[in-house]
Order: sequence, then C-alpha cells, then structure tokens
Amino acid sequence: MREELIISGRNNYLIDPVLHIWHWQIPLYLFLGGLAAGVLFFAALFKILGKENEYPSAVKIAPMIVPFLLILGLFALFLDLKHKLYFWRLYTTIKLQSPMSWGAWTLMAVTPLSFIWAALHVKEVFPKWKWPHKMFDDLESILKKYILEIAWFILVFSVILGVYTGILFSAFNARPLWNTSILGPLFLASGLSTGAAAIMLLSKSETERKRFAKIDLMLIAVELFLIVHMFMGFLASTQVQIDAASLFLGGEYTAPFWIFVVGFGLVIPAILEILELRKYHIPVYISGSLVLFGGIMLRFIIANAGQASRWLY
Amino acid sequence: MRYAMAVDTKKCVGCSDCVVACQTENNVPIGFCRDWVVEVTDGTYPQLEIEIRSERCNHCNNSPCVRCCPTGASHYSDGGIVLVNSEKCIGCGACIASCPYDARYSHPDGYVDKCTFCIHRVKKGQDPACVAVCPTKCMYFGDLDDPKSPVSVVLKKRKYKTLIPEAGTQPELYFLI
Ligand code: SF4
Ligand code: SF4
Repeated sequence: MREELIISGRNNYLIDPVLHIWHWQIPLYLFLGGLAAGVLFFAALFKILGKENEYPSAVKIAPMIVPFLLILGLFALFLDLKHKLYFWRLYTTIKLQSPMSWGAWTLMAVTPLSFIWAALHVKEVFPKWKWPHKMFDDLESILKKYILEIAWFILVFSVILGVYTGILFSAFNARPLWNTSILGPLFLASGLSTGAAAIMLLSKSETERKRFAKIDLMLIAVELFLIVHMFMGFLASTQVQIDAASLFLGGEYTAPFWIFVVGFGLVIPAILEILELRKYHIPVYISGSLVLFGGIMLRFIIANAGQASRWLY
Repeated sequence: MRYAMAVDTKKCVGCSDCVVACQTENNVPIGFCRDWVVEVTDGTYPQLEIEIRSERCNHCNNSPCVRCCPTGASHYSDGGIVLVNSEKCIGCGACIASCPYDARYSHPDGYVDKCTFCIHRVKKGQDPACVAVCPTKCMYFGDLDDPKSPVSVVLKKRKYKTLIPEAGTQPELYFLI
C-alpha cells in the first residue's frame, strides 16, 4: 500500500498541487461553440427540409446570434492563450492529430458560413435593414441561389463543431476523466439541446416551441443515456478511470454534477417540457434557460474535474 | 540515435542537487522547475520501503504532448529529445494537459517550457547538468543505440522500470530498482 509521498523542489504554478491550466475560458469557448453548432444545425436542417416558414425562429431568427456566439467563443480562446500575439500560428499549421488544431480550422470554416447565413436572412428578420453598398445586395442575390448548398455545408460543419467540443477533452489520455470517446457524442447532444433551447427562447410561434420542446426532450434522453453509459464504461475500466469516475460518485464533484448538470440541467427541464406538452401552462423560458444553464455547467464541471483526475501520485 | 536517462533509485539520496543545477543551468524562472525529486513510501508498518526518484520529462517516444500541439511547437529533435520551440508556441496549454507526468509548465514569458535533456550541453559532448552534478552519481545518460554508452551499459546490468508504462507514452527515462 502506498502510504506517503513527498515531492520536493516542485511547485510549478498552475500545475502543482492540482493541474489548473484551463480556467473559465476553455469551457466557455466549448459551450458557445456547442450552442452555435446546435443553432446552425437546426437552421440548416429545417431549411433543407423546406420548413422555414413553419420554423422561422430556427431557420432565420436564432442564427442571427450565431456570429456573435462564435466571435465571443474565439475571443475566450484567445484570452486563454499565454502567447497571444502568436495566435496566427494556429493557422500556419494543420495538425490532424491535434484536436485544438482541427477545432481552430473548423471554426475558421464555420464562422464565415454563419455570417453568410445571418446575412442572407437579415432582411427577413429586420425588414428595415439596408446594406451600406449595392455590392452587398448583388452578393446577396448571388449567394441566395446557392442557399441549399450552403445549408448542406453548414449541416456537416455544425456536426463536426459539436463533436469537436467534446473531442477536445477526450483526446487527452493523461486525464482519465476526459479520456472517453463518449464525450464527443455527449457534447454534441448537449450542444444540440442548448441550440434547441435557444430557438425555443427566441420563438414566438406556439407550434415551433412545441416542436423544439419535443426535440429537446429526445436530446435530453440521449444525454442521460450517454452519461449512464459513460459511468458504466469508467467503472468497468482501469483503476485510474474508476478513480476519475469516483470524483462524481461520492467525490468532490458529486453534488455539483448531479444537482446542477443532471438535476437542473436535464431532469427538471425534461419534466417541465413533458408537462408543457401535456398542455399544462408552463412558461417556456424556464425550461429553456435551465437547459442553457445545464450546458454551461456540464462544460465547466467536466473541464475542472478532468484536470483533477490523473495517473500519477 | 536514441537519448535516454537512467536514475538509480537505490543510490539517490534526495538531496535535490539536480533540481538546483537544472534551474541554474537553464535559467529556469524563480518558483518553477524542470526536474524534481519524489519520495514514495510503500508498504505497511513495520515493513516499509522508501523509493527516491529524480524525475523530469520522459522524452517519450510516443509523446501525447507532441501529438496534441496545434502549432508544431512541441516536436522531436535529435535523438528523440522532445523540445518546445518557444517562437512557435502560443501557450494554449494543450501539451500541459496531455502530459501524464505533469512535466511541463507555462513559462512567465508565455511559452511552455520543460526539460530539454540539456541538449545544448549534449551537443558539446557533455552530460545534462543534473547528471553532471549528482553527488552520488546516480544518473546515467547516453545513446541507447550505442551499446557502450553509460545508459546502455547500466540498463543491461540492472533491473529497471519506467513510470506509468500503461499510458502508452514509451518513456525514455528509466529507474533502476
Ligand atoms: S514526459 Fe510529458 S512532456 Fe515529456 S515527452 Fe512525455 S508527454 Fe511530453
Ligand atoms: S502550449 Fe505551446 S507547445 Fe504546448 S501545445 Fe500549445 S502551442 Fe504547442
């Protein structure tokens, strides 16, 4: 039995005694990325299905906020860098093995696409909108012809973006809690769910809100399933992963995870959505905001707990 | 060429001379370190065993830090030594999160820093500073592809282990047991 351990000459800032290299910036960046991915996914999907008039908030209104979300997210990432002026170096290399690298490139593709999407719908959302130059109108009418093709691109890239927000963590085998392939689909489902919640919050149409409450309910079920699955995987794995899981099963992250993420973020909004679909009158902004809150908490808790889980010592 | 280091846990007394030598040699900023000494007590009273290890970056053959680095700043240099190019590093911290040995730290100047096996000395035919200064001579350094190098010789004679081999990083820092 290992009884005692003394490390001398070691006190590296942010590394000892607990690794804390990523603070609020990275989880915020991942939350905003997932939310943007969710909104874009539904916008593209319902455009492709030809339902833009049935679901105006999904296709036209909610995507207006996406460029802001992405820029805010990239700014958070930028704040996290210690060598900020070298930011551009991310874009002089393509390293497929590095999730940070392909995440940066995915955002490079998604951000302009989100701008184009918002620009193509801005006149419908804000009828008084005028472009400062005729050039933009010309450009708009050209791009409008290819809107379905653009929608397909957005559909594919939004899924990549959503998965990436989880894979960024799961690629780190040094942190047993992150090192599970479930995080990719889990963060994708959570991103889609927060996207659906944002659409519900912005929607004025009863049918659209009901529709997205149903979609959200499905996604919450998927998330709960994945979370159970994740713990089953951990508990059936090596000691380091069992230790990692125990951070959530009796350890110091137990209460925040089960209360904030699972309780307030998944179970309670699911119950409220079921009640609402059963015609009880429950303001939609309650479940919508809870889902967004759960999405933020999920990223923060996984980011922090992951850094608390380790192989050595 | 494949540089490696072996540390004799039976000879190490935990004086931390290697830590100070490294800090001086490499201008490590105050409060940080590239190598450190670990003291582990194993067993249950009264059968106790103590192991002292001088640890540093393992210069892994399959380095997660090199894999995760988005800019290519972390790379393999001559003889498999893992280095960080401070000009290319953006300080994203991906490599720090990916090292199971916590061997890296963020230098106050913004880039990530860690043990280099004193490549600047090795190129001149000298030993790394920690090896050169150790008063009990418990460290061996050299090229594993050269059967006559001190590290090859001692690894042939003695039993050894690496740290957390199950992480799959293939470390080049051996501990004689
Ligand atoms: S010990 Fe850590 S920093 Fe050194 S090569 Fe291995 S993974 Fe990289
Ligand atoms: S902090 Fe620097 S060396 Fe480490 S992964 Fe990021 S760019 Fe590469």
